[in-house]
Amino acid sequence: MKARVFVTLKPGVLDPQGKAIHHALEGLGFGGVNDVRAGKLIELDLADGTSDSEIEEMCRKLLANTVIENFRVERPSTGSGQS
Amino acid sequence: MKSAVIVFPGSNCDRDLAVALEKVTGRAPAMVWHREAELPDGTDLIALPGGFSYGDYLRSGAMAARSPIMRAVVDAAGRGVPVLGICNGFQVLTETGLLPGALMRNAKLNFVSRSVALKVENTQTLFTSGYNAGEVIHIPVAHHDGNYQADADTLDKLESTGRVAFRYAEEVNGSARSIAGIVNEAGNVLGMMPHPERAIEPAHGSTDGLRLFQGLLETVNA
Repeated sequence: MKARVFVTLKPGVLDPQGKAIHHALEGLGFGGVNDVRAGKLIELDLADGTSDSEIEEMCRKLLANTVIENFRVERPSTGSGQS
Repeated sequence: MKSAVIVFPGSNCDRDLAVALEKVTGRAPAMVWHREAELPDGTDLIALPGGFSYGDYLRSGAMAARSPIMRAVVDAAGRGVPVLGICNGFQVLTETGLLPGALMRNAKLNFVSRSVALKVENTQTLFTSGYNAGEVIHIPVAHHDGNYQADADTLDKLESTGRVAFRYAEEVNGSARSIAGIVNEAGNVLGMMPHPERAIEPAHGSTDGLRLFQGLLETVNA
């Protein structure tokens, strides 16, 4: 069973990397980009029966730093849950 | 003083820190590998060195903060043992939750490696008694992720309770309110991005870092 964890910076947290990507896109001539925010995608291959709450605990304890980041979990069977 | 330097895979300032601690305390620190579960008996100072523990995988300090020895460090910090985290050590301390906030990529994305001017904001901490209030000192920084960020309430609380130990006296990395080093609520845990262990000999260009270790020794032995 696979789950995908999307880790993104909280709104309002400065994202210098996103800004640099934005700048580079403009340098390539793409004028229509209003903003860029960069995040991480972590794919977990999990034992069957791993519960949503276990995955959420993994996110809170390690995969995301909830001081600055939000996370969202996507599981094929249960759809997506959000923190 | 019986000090311990925690060594993670990817630490690279552990030996410099050991040299500084031995110079000041007269006793070589125990070098404690991250897989250990316990600190040596009687450890009365824990130092977390700079470097790139675990290759900065996931987030700087994130993996190191979950290593076995850090449980013992968190326990010791709770008992009041002084903990000094420098550079990557500061990142590890925020990742464990011993210090609030987070250290993010430098605002201009550049790796900053140079001596910087720092203002000593609070000389009443365990770590800063060797300085004069408001004094400007010069200590090197060498980091990519030193941009200190926390929410406005946390920053207000840090400032109003004297928990900002050092502030940059020049623009360095985009840190909120120019914060370079903070202590925890109990005052026994300091995290700072600059490297005092790299300013302990005249040949280093500054001996301002030495006074941090000397002040700490005096306070702990007092």
